Amino acid sequence: MELTGADIVVKCLQDEGIDYIFGYPGGAALHIYDALYRQDKVKHILVRHEQGASHAADGYARATGKPGVVLVTSGPGITNAVTGIATAYMDSIPLVVISGQVPTHLIGDDAFQEVDAVGITRPCVKHNFLVKDVKDLAMTMKKAFFVASSGRPGPVLIDVPKDVTANKTEYMYPRSVKMRSYAPVVRGHPKQIRKAADLLLNAKRPIIYTGGGVVSADAEETLRELVQLLGYPCTNTLMGLGAYPYNDSLFLGMLGMHGTYEANMAMHDCDVMLAVGARFDDRITGDLSKFSPFAKIVHVDIDPSSIGKNVKVEIPIVGDAKSILEDLVKELHSRKQQPEPGALKQWWKQIDEWRGIDCLNYDRNSEKIKPQYVVEKLHEVTQGKAFVTSDVGQHQMWAAQFYGFDKTRRWINSGGLGTMGFGLPSAMGVQLAYPDDLVCCITGEASIIMCIQELSTCKQYDLPIKIINLNNRYMGMVRQWQEFFYDRRYSHSYMDALPDFVALSESFGHRGLLVEKPSDVEGALKEAFAMRDQLVFLDFITDQAENVYPMIAAGKGHNEMHLNPGSGEPPQERELA
Amino acid sequence: MRHIISILLENEAGALSRVAGLFSARGYNIESLTVAPTEDSTLSRMTIVTAGSDDVIEQIVKQLNKLVDVVKLQELTEGAHIERELMLAKVKATGDAREEIKRLVDIFRGRIIDVTDSTYTLELTGTVEKLDAFVKALDMTEIIEVIRSGVTGIARGERALSA
Repeated sequence: MELTGADIVVKCLQDEGIDYIFGYPGGAALHIYDALYRQDKVKHILVRHEQGASHAADGYARATGKPGVVLVTSGPGITNAVTGIATAYMDSIPLVVISGQVPTHLIGDDAFQEVDAVGITRPCVKHNFLVKDVKDLAMTMKKAFFVASSGRPGPVLIDVPKDVTANKTEYMYPRSVKMRSYAPVVRGHPKQIRKAADLLLNAKRPIIYTGGGVVSADAEETLRELVQLLGYPCTNTLMGLGAYPYNDSLFLGMLGMHGTYEANMAMHDCDVMLAVGARFDDRITGDLSKFSPFAKIVHVDIDPSSIGKNVKVEIPIVGDAKSILEDLVKELHSRKQQPEPGALKQWWKQIDEWRGIDCLNYDRNSEKIKPQYVVEKLHEVTQGKAFVTSDVGQHQMWAAQFYGFDKTRRWINSGGLGTMGFGLPSAMGVQLAYPDDLVCCITGEASIIMCIQELSTCKQYDLPIKIINLNNRYMGMVRQWQEFFYDRRYSHSYMDALPDFVALSESFGHRGLLVEKPSDVEGALKEAFAMRDQLVFLDFITDQAENVYPMIAAGKGHNEMHLNPGSGEPPQERELA
Repeated sequence: MRHIISILLENEAGALSRVAGLFSARGYNIESLTVAPTEDSTLSRMTIVTAGSDDVIEQIVKQLNKLVDVVKLQELTEGAHIERELMLAKVKATGDAREEIKRLVDIFRGRIIDVTDSTYTLELTGTVEKLDAFVKALDMTEIIEVIRSGVTGIARGERALSA
């Protein structure tokens, strides 16, 4: 049967098994919106700004592992979505973005709401397509889903001119697709895996450092098996939290700029590092010339260009993290050799000494609400079972340090691009995917304002998200840098003229709670979570002067951390070879 | 170090800008770039001359391979290869210079492909060095314009780049 391009778009989504799409209509997308109207399999979530659509689809994708789908119109529709596309690109999140385009005969004429969507998004998508013929539409949709969700995942844009959505052709959705120019490697090279096993078994000061790749490969079980088999310390990046349980004794916490003292010191002193699905970015490594000077590195990554980009590695292994970790576990089981117990004991003794300084210590007797305390209490009240999204800044780091994750896909934040405004819309995507689970958005008063309009979307679809606003009346991370590196010249980091967040959320039809005293924190959280069907905005008035510790300042090494004034004395440095 | 990377890519709108965009976004340098369809009209062949340390070249190769439109690529400078560039030059040709330019063109095995009373248009192919040498040797006359195609190349022997 012949279908219009618009119906084909919607049929493809149905055949791909898509339940939710996030979007905002406009002229060039109207045929597609009409096709959506005439069916009820694919549910469309109407956001209030296209940035919200791409973040919501992104949150959905991060929580479920399935590609998120965005539908926007041409011109400002797609340009507004770009921030969300770039956010997904930096964190390797599968998105399929469908944008309307002016009719083919008007392309290049500076037509109303025309923008070169393919050109504008090119640097921040894994791939993109302009569909000029309705006959190519179904195949292009199939390719888009295939490219977005295979290999190293990422966003893919399909730009569809309005006349293409009106033209008709036979519809047939391809079952599979092969592309001669795109064939990601899955299995790791067996010889490399054997070499990695040799290196790991002979390590004296090993560390296992894993990132978002373990999350996207669903390799957490295998990672845990490997870590426990070897008894080696494990640290996760900001993007990889949850891959190893926060409360296991082999876990050193997060590493990097605001990572724990023990994780960063162990990274610095290690002699063998197994890096899995992590890309040695600057927030992890600090000064590259001072990075892990004694380490021989095994780097497992599905993207060959991530390997050797920033740091030289001894043993590169290209492939899917899960498949490679499984092969590595098998290889280790087949060996008689065990890690040397004496050296390992010595290493753990050193790590425990580092742990002893209690780097995440904060003032628990303060009369002001400490943001760390709110996050800890949130963990208690939700029993650590909530999905936690965040925006960007101090609150994001406190959420990462203090919530404690024991599953992947529960911690949802913009790690690579660092997009303020991400938290609330991404929480919408998570809540739609998991309607019966607890979803909280840990945010700050500066970030939340950036996509505050989505409170309206939350009302329309009854999304009972709990917003944890750590309100310090500053762009906290900016203020912290200004305190440390700009002689306390707080240039434009003060959030003057803030709204009354309780009244604001109530005006959107939600509940709001203002919390000003530490003794009220727990009660307010319990009260909010008791309102199962309500979005509750908890406005915590927190200590303005609180800083995120530990901190590796830009250009410093892992062993040059700025510690919390309340932490213990760092142990003496040892001579290492 | 100078490197020549030969790329087979899908002959699709936008493929060139993906490659060019990658070089500018990541700060890699392009000395020259040539591109045209191959005998298979669905494929284009691109030749890029670039320069960088071994680490940079390794990243360039990996990043190019990552582009979905790139089918295959080959680093020509890794093995024996032939490279050629085409040059067209319009020069002033009057009086004694007329004869001298003709002799020079013969020596360099070029051709005169257009003539007026006062000008010659010359065609020359060869390596970059040969073309440079020719331009230098043309100092007896005034050069009106010079157009160079940029380098293309192919591997020697059995080594080939095909889909």
